[in-house]
Amino acid sequence: MSRLVPYPLLVVGLVLMWLILTRFSLGHLLLGTGIAVVAGWAMGALEPERPRLRRWSAIPVLMGIVAWDILRSNVAVARLVLSEGRGARRSGFLRVPLRLRHPSALAVLAIIVTATPGTAWVEYDADTGVLLLHVFDLVDEAGWRDLIQNRYEARLLEIFG
Amino acid sequence: MSHLDAVPLWAAIPAALLILLGSGLTLLGALGLARLRSFYDRLHAPALATSWGTLSLVLASVILFSTLEQRPVVHDLLIGFFVMVTTPVTMMLLGRAALHRDRAERSAAVPPASLAEPEEPSRR
Amino acid sequence: MSGMILTLALDVAQVALAIAALLAGGRILRGPRAQDRILGLDTLYVTAMLLFLVTGMRSGSLFFFEAAMVIGVMGFVSTVALAKFLIRGEVIE
Repeated sequence: MSRLVPYPLLVVGLVLMWLILTRFSLGHLLLGTGIAVVAGWAMGALEPERPRLRRWSAIPVLMGIVAWDILRSNVAVARLVLSEGRGARRSGFLRVPLRLRHPSALAVLAIIVTATPGTAWVEYDADTGVLLLHVFDLVDEAGWRDLIQNRYEARLLEIFG
Repeated sequence: MSHLDAVPLWAAIPAALLILLGSGLTLLGALGLARLRSFYDRLHAPALATSWGTLSLVLASVILFSTLEQRPVVHDLLIGFFVMVTTPVTMMLLGRAALHRDRAERSAAVPPASLAEPEEPSRR
Repeated sequence: MSGMILTLALDVAQVALAIAALLAGGRILRGPRAQDRILGLDTLYVTAMLLFLVTGMRSGSLFFFEAAMVIGVMGFVSTVALAKFLIRGEVIE
């Protein structure tokens, strides 16, 4: 089974995407499944490092937190853009040491950081594990560091183990 | 009379609000892109368009077409998913490209390559 | 009634997105550096994609979805290629 379908989640996701793009019918289900299984083999040929999820229950919590944070920072950045030139906004770079090492977990963290207006992922040093961020409104550095390390990184460590 | 009259009022009001929110956020993002002074500040502005700007327009589209066609039409969510996955790649690459160019010019506005690593004077 | 609300909202959205595209275009023209132009181009692609989405809602046809998808893919690929070019193609050393 694992030889035939090395990435079951990927295959299920691809079949779902195929059915969303077309209309549900038996033919499309079969065709989509065939394509997804072949794509799974192609993925297996690339031999990526397989992510192992420890705690599924923490994923919806993290997604909810991130969606809310993104909405909040949308409002904050929109307000700062409108008041540009008047307020005493200071932007700058910020170094955050990370404990995360897993590539997939880092990718998820990159999506979170980039999708949030107000923080931009600039550089990650794989040797030292230090992340260089650019923060739009750098009022307190410790607060931003705390946000990254305790709000997101701790939960990602919990999920990816 | 347009096809939009077929949408019931309970779906039309949230959809209209989402449309206004999404386009307004995108406009603010573009405004930030035009007004902010440094490149790294401007790097934040399009995130308004690609996060809730796209998401709310996609949700509005899902609501509208699902009520119009009387079946769940969710393929627009793929656009949201696609934008969510691709934006980090482009923004990270752009940030790195800018950092690389600024460092090559020895600009004082950007931090050095690494705190631990000494400068390499032998390369020039 | 609902048609009126939605038409109004979609009108406003189309104008707002058109202005957003103009602002992004202005950034492409003004620069001042190559990375600013690429960022402007990326924003222009995103706004064009959203404009197609809004136009699709306006016309009630599902075909605009495909166009929006294609624009999104093109924008992604071109931005990645241009940013990559800045990193590798124009090394001063």
